[in-house]
Order: sequence, then structure tokens, then C-alpha cells
Amino acid sequence: MSEREVLLDVRNLKKYFKVHQGILHAVDDVSLTISKGRTLGLVGESGCGKSTLGRLVIGLLEATAGEVFFKGSNVFALDEKGKSGFRRDAQIVFQDPFSSLNPRMSVFQLIAEPLLINRVCRGRREVGARVMELMDTVGLAERLVTSFPHELDGGRRQRIGVARALALNPDFIVLDEPVSALDVCIQAQILNLLGDLKKEYGYTYLFISHNLSVVRYVSDEVAVMYLGQVVERSGNRVLFQDPLHPYTQALLSAVPTVDLDREKKRVILEGDVPSPVDPPPGCRFAPRCVRRGERCTLESPLLSEVKPGHFAACHFA
Amino acid sequence: MDAAPVSAPLLDIRDLFVRFRTDAGVVHAVNGLNLSLRRGKSLGFVGETGAGKTTAALAALQLIQSPPGEMTGEIFFEGQDVMKMTEPEKRALRGGKIAMIFQDPMSSLNPIMTVEEQIMEMVSLHSAGAGARERAREMLTLVGIRPERGKDYPHQLSGGMRQRVGIAIALACEPSLLIADEPTTALDVTIQAQVIDLIKKLQSEVRTSLLLITHDLGVVAEICDEVAIMYAGRLVEAADLRKLYKKPLHPYTQGLFDAVPRLDADPDEKLAVISGLTPDPTDLPKGCSFSPRCPNVRDLCRERSCGMREHEPGHFVDCHFPMQDRNAANRGDGQ
Amino acid sequence: MDKVVAKSGFARGNSLWRYTFIRLRRNYLAMIGLAVILVLILAAVFAERIAPYGYATQDYAMIRKPPSARHLLGTDEFGRDVLSRLIYGSRVSLQVGFIAVSIALAAGGTIGAVAGYFGGAVDNLLMRIMDVQLAIPTILLAIVISSVLGPGLFNLMIAVGITAIPRFARLMRASVLSVKNTEFIEAARAMGASHTRVILLYIMPNCMAPLIVQATINVANAILFAATLSFLGLGVQPPYPEWGGMLSAARPYLRGNAYLSVFPGLAIMITIVALNCVGDGLRDALDPKQKR
Repeated sequence: MSEREVLLDVRNLKKYFKVHQGILHAVDDVSLTISKGRTLGLVGESGCGKSTLGRLVIGLLEATAGEVFFKGSNVFALDEKGKSGFRRDAQIVFQDPFSSLNPRMSVFQLIAEPLLINRVCRGRREVGARVMELMDTVGLAERLVTSFPHELDGGRRQRIGVARALALNPDFIVLDEPVSALDVCIQAQILNLLGDLKKEYGYTYLFISHNLSVVRYVSDEVAVMYLGQVVERSGNRVLFQDPLHPYTQALLSAVPTVDLDREKKRVILEGDVPSPVDPPPGCRFAPRCVRRGERCTLESPLLSEVKPGHFAACHFA
Repeated sequence: MDAAPVSAPLLDIRDLFVRFRTDAGVVHAVNGLNLSLRRGKSLGFVGETGAGKTTAALAALQLIQSPPGEMTGEIFFEGQDVMKMTEPEKRALRGGKIAMIFQDPMSSLNPIMTVEEQIMEMVSLHSAGAGARERAREMLTLVGIRPERGKDYPHQLSGGMRQRVGIAIALACEPSLLIADEPTTALDVTIQAQVIDLIKKLQSEVRTSLLLITHDLGVVAEICDEVAIMYAGRLVEAADLRKLYKKPLHPYTQGLFDAVPRLDADPDEKLAVISGLTPDPTDLPKGCSFSPRCPNVRDLCRERSCGMREHEPGHFVDCHFPMQDRNAANRGDGQ
Repeated sequence: MDKVVAKSGFARGNSLWRYTFIRLRRNYLAMIGLAVILVLILAAVFAERIAPYGYATQDYAMIRKPPSARHLLGTDEFGRDVLSRLIYGSRVSLQVGFIAVSIALAAGGTIGAVAGYFGGAVDNLLMRIMDVQLAIPTILLAIVISSVLGPGLFNLMIAVGITAIPRFARLMRASVLSVKNTEFIEAARAMGASHTRVILLYIMPNCMAPLIVQATINVANAILFAATLSFLGLGVQPPYPEWGGMLSAARPYLRGNAYLSVFPGLAIMITIVALNCVGDGLRDALDPKQKR
């Protein structure tokens, strides 16, 4: 696993927002690596900073501190030419296929936009051909080329979102909750499509989701985020079979399952996710943790390798 | 009208049709729905977006606007025909005997009233006399919110707390039926688990019957006794939770189960997918409405639908050729 | 913008607008309004052919005569045919209405879009200027502008247009703010689109609905306003007819020859009611939530 070439290397990334009440620590000292051709699943509840992290690594947001290395070069220190190249190589698919498509553009225009903006095609015939090719790749029927988003169902809209991300032949795609707005059957179709694309073209994904079952299904490695920090990270199987962090354990036990016979020890967390504005020192999870000790409120645990390839940020892991 | 016998269902929907006249044509939202819910039971009402679940629930509350809506059929609640009720009777029914919880707890609460006032409002609408404030406090405690928080406005509460308030309002008048429309969909997993626990706890304490509308088979498995699967405006399968989950008979139900990614599945496998899309409600296919997508379709299916029948005792299915053995079509065989 | 897009993407026209028109057609009040406006425009364009007399043709035998077969709507104090003057007058009124609103729409729309999109200091500066303008009574402002520029049709249109700018700017800004944070704008930025492209292709088309509605209603306002200014003697100069001017000239004869004020008044009223009907209809038709 570790011999693979590292495509994305995130080091001590921070993003703070100034808000009325103080400073919101959206992403607080996150380090991650994604190897080429692998999928990192990023799980967490709303407000944990996973979407912010996704936007930071492709340069849609400016980081407060930290570095992102893409193919070995520091993304924040790129010159203009390097930046435009990076923008082509790193794409994003958004969560809501109903709001992420301009309602006044046809399917053709929507998919052609990245080609036109980045001037990668010569002449309109080439644009047309590329759009058709992309529609074919993501499984959109040719007759839909003149349709408008509001005429299509969620699944087809999300296919447009995927086609648009693929248009510039990227290496790396951030998938920000790409299936959470879709029905189960459509969700399965899109997940299969993403899987097929990865197999065929070798894309590297950062798959952001709140749905553990979906992450379990698509990822090679999984990172769990809580209040702006990664609390646990490991290979897919390991994390789901043997979670180390109490938050991961609670999260896993909270997933409703269709399997009636799967015996479950439910860990129901008390209270709500606290505010990420000016967090107190110590472990961020401590107020809700079943295992909290005195040390947890004083000292913030670091993400450390508890078992080979399995990292957790907990004093008691 | 004499008192309903004890075994009579609390809610009995017979042959319900709901249509909407729109610019795009007539939308057939509910097409011959038969559904009954016994007192004290909880029924999971499962279907995808546009299957007509919410419309059917609104019809039970007589909240379909006409025009453009049109409704035919019979809806009996506690033995009385809801369709024949006068407007004041219907108002007494809504919120009083039948209460509803909505998906989005933020938009279903009034932003300029305190939480306590909103519960009191509900209480005073349906029962005369004092004690509304005490009742409100009692309800907040019941759903696990400290009564002092009653002075807060909805925006001061978190999503999970708001949904608790929604539940408190719904249960304030001790309804005999609680309709919950996707109550946990907008919530995070850990908060969802809290709300599910609360609903389960209340069910055993308050003994309210529950109609849970959802697309999530997992949530149904946690809460419900019975399940009804809806597709294109009608039921395709209904049974006991255990029976249906152990042995789905309808190919659509089977497809739904296979499409859900599982925590314990092998991630290298592909998800089994029902091909195609849910039918356009303005242009439903002839015969069985699932036939265009059905893997086991035969000529008979395209001509006429089977109609609901009791395939096994207590297990109803609307299919000419029900799935025989779950394992035969299980995801274990690859696609 | 791009020929490629124009040729292959717009093949079927912007279908949202098409739906809007289909919905508008169901609203019979709006359709009546539209028909009335069309008739008025035709009358204005073909005034020379339609009007039975010239606007300044005097008939000294017929001074202040009530409606008759010879003069359908009677004659004024100089013996001029009222009907003909109303028909010629529609030219001025409609021109003032539409052109003044276009000026306001273009200037106000741009100011609002820039303020809303860039926000911060730019927003503050532009919107405070608009606030200052709003603080001055409209009629006073228009009188000042008209007297600086001098009387005349063109200056009248500019004066009326300028007074309406803040209304459009505020509306556009609000509308841009609501669109600005949607995901498709973020998606456009993720693709590397420039600010100009984002504003022109993503923001503007999605903000037009409320502006268009405001514009139709404002045309009526502008006509009324122009009538007010003409009434004060700041508008179009005699002998060229203008509805407001005719109304003003008829004032001394209100007691004896009421028809002289009734007909121009009716013309103004009909136009405004028609435009308001279209505006209301458009507002309903453009609202995607009203698909039913």
C-alpha cells in the first residue's frame, strides 16, 4: 500500500474563519496522503469541516496555514501556469445536483463549459465531439444534449456533474457527498459509475460523505473527522472491523442497518456536536466521550500510529 | 356509528386514488392504495422519492388541496370515514387525533415563537382549560429537553433538539396516530440514533400508533413492527418486518435491499442496480407498473398487474411471480 | 459569448423562457394586457396613418366641441382633434416609459450586480450612493435634472430614468446575493471561470426574473411620472402632444368640457392597468414554484 506513488500530500492544513462569536476552526491541523489510483473516504458529521477540507485541497478556498503537495509540488506556491495546470488536474463533483448546475444552461453547455473556459479544444467540432464522448462515458443518452437540468432526474443531473469533472482529464477528483441527495437505486447507479471510471481511467478520489456504508463501499482508506480534526485513519477493512477511536465506534454503532440478525452494541452519544468556534483545549470529543478521563480535557491527543497503518487520536486507543 | 371493535384497524385506507392536474398532464400520485394500521403498531411506509408516500399521508389528514388535487376512495380512522367529515371535524382530527412530524425541523417550527409557546399553542387548540404550560414542560422533559430550554427560540436549538421539539408538539395532545415523514433524514448519524431511540422509547411509553414514512430501510428496521413498500403510487409488498426483511417477495423490494451498501459487505463487489428509472407519474406503464424495470418480467406482467394477494400467511405481495428464494438472487452472486 | 455554445447549445432556445411564455399564455388578464400594449405600440408606430387629423391641425369652427362623428373624442381649446392627439401622444408616452426604464434597468442592474458580486467596500460605496439618491424626493430630483438638462423629450427620459436607478440596483443586488452563494457559482469557479464570465453567464440570467417584473411595473410608473413632469411644464414642449401635457392643458376646462381631461386620463389608466397585468402575470409565470 505504501509503495504506491503519493499523489496528494496534505500537511498540517488549517482553515479558520472569522465569525461574529470568534474564530471558527473549520479545519484544524489536518495531515493526509492519498496514493495514486486510491480512494480516500472522508467521513464525518455536518460541520466537521470535511467539505471545507475538500475545497482546500483543490484550491477553491485559501488555507490559513499548512501545505498541500500535489504530484510533489507545493500547490500554494505554484506560478500562474502551474496553477492552471493544477486546476485541470484536480476537479470536484458537488453534493446537490439540483443546485450545482446552472439552470439556464443546456446539458451541452454545462459539459462544454470547462472545455471552453480552459480553451482545451480547437474549434467547435472538437468541443462537440468531446462533449458527446463525455456523455457516453458517464452514460447519458445523446438525445439529452439539448435538455435543461430541471427536465432531468437527480441521477442524470449528477452524471452531468461527473462528466463536467472528467472533461479536462483530471488525475484527482474530490467527490463531495456525490450521492447523498439521491434515492438508493440511483445512488447505487452513481456509485457503480464512479467505481467503473476509477477502474478504467485510474482516477484518484477523495470521497467525502456522512454515510458510513457508502464510504465503506467505495474507499480504499478511510479518515474520520470530528470538529475539524482527523481522529482516526486506516485501511478500509481495518477501520470498520476494529475501530479504535470512541467516536468512530459510536458512529459505526449508530448506523441503522437492514440486517436484523447483526447483533449490535449501541453506543448512543449524548448531546450535540459542540460549536467549532474557539474550541477549548483538550480532546475535542471529550465532552461526549464515554471513555473520557482527566487527561482528555487538558491535553489534546495527537494522531499517532497505534497499529501498523492504523492511526488514531485518542489517549486511550 | 357504533364503536369500532377492538381488532378493527386504527387507520384503514381503501382503494385510495390521488391525482393532480398540472401543466404537464395528470399526475397519478396514488393509485389504488390499500393500507391498514392496527392500534399500537408501527408501520414503516417505504418508497423512493415520488412514490406517493407523503401524498398518501396528507390524504389521510385531508390536506390535499383541491384543485389541483382530486381524491377518491375511503379512509377510515377509528371507524369513521374521514372523507365524509365536516371541516371542523377534520380540524379536530389534525393535530388532535392524528399528529405529524416533518422532515425539516427548522422550517416546520415557527421562528418567532418560543418552543414552549408552540407546544402550548398545540395544547390549547385541542383541549380547553388551563395547564398548558405544565403540559408543555412535561412534554419537553418527555423528549429529553430540560424544561428551562422551553424559553428558547427554534434557532437557538440544534437540529436534533428541534426535531425533539417537533415530536413534543406532535405528542402534546396524545394523538392515537403519529405520522412521521422522514423524521431523521435531515439529521446526522449520531443524532439520528438519538431520535430513533427517543421514538422507540415513546412508542412503548405512550402507546401511540406510528406511521413512519421513509426511504431508509435501516431506520424502519430499527423502529417498526410492520413494513409496506410503495412503488409508483401503490403498495407492492406488505408484511411483518421480520418476514419481509428475511424474505422479500417482490423483485422491487429485493432490488431496494440489494442497492443499499452494507457495512459488512465486500467492497470489491458491485452494487446490484435496478435498471431504469421510476415511471413518470403522468404516464404510468400498462400492466404492472414495475414491469419495465423488472428482471423477471413476463408477458402477463405487461398486460395486467397481479393485485395484492396473500402469498404466505401475513405476507402480501403484488406480483405474478414472487421471488422464491432470497439466496438465489442474492448479491453474493455478483451482479 | 462563444459561437460554439450559441450554435449548438441554444438550438432549442432557452426552454425556461419558453415555459414561462406557456404559463403566461394561460393567464388571460396578462394576455389582455399584452394585447392592449401591442395595440398601443402599433398606434404609436403608425400614428400618421391611423390618426384622422394631424396633431397640430386646427379646426377653428370646432373649438372645445364634445365628441361627435367628425371628431370622435371631441376637440380641444385650439380646435385640435383629441383622438389624433392621443394617438400621437402615445409615441411620447410609450417612448418615455420604455426608454426611461431601459436606462434605469441597464444602469441599476449593472450597479446592483457589481455591488452584490464583489461585496465589501465596492458594495458599500455603490449602495451608499444609491441611498443618498433615495433620500432625495424623486419629484424634486427629476425637476432638478430636467431643469439642468432643459426641457425636451430626450431629457425627460433621462430624468425619469435616473430617478428609477436605485430601485433596480437594490433589487439586482438582493437577487445577486441570493444566487451568489449557490453551488453552481462555486462549480463555475472550480472550472476556472473569470469574474466576467461568472457574472454574464451564471449570475445575470438567474437574476433577471424579478428585474423584468419590476421593469414592466416601472414602465407604468415612468409614464405617470413623465405626465407629472409635463404637467409642470418640464416635459415635451407644445404643440407636440403628450398625455400628461394634455391632461394639464385641460385643467381650466374641467367644469365645462370634462371630456378633455377624461380621455387622456383614460389613456394613461388603460396603459398602466395593462402593464400591471402583464407584470403580475410575468411574476407568476417566472416563479418556478408555481409549476402547477
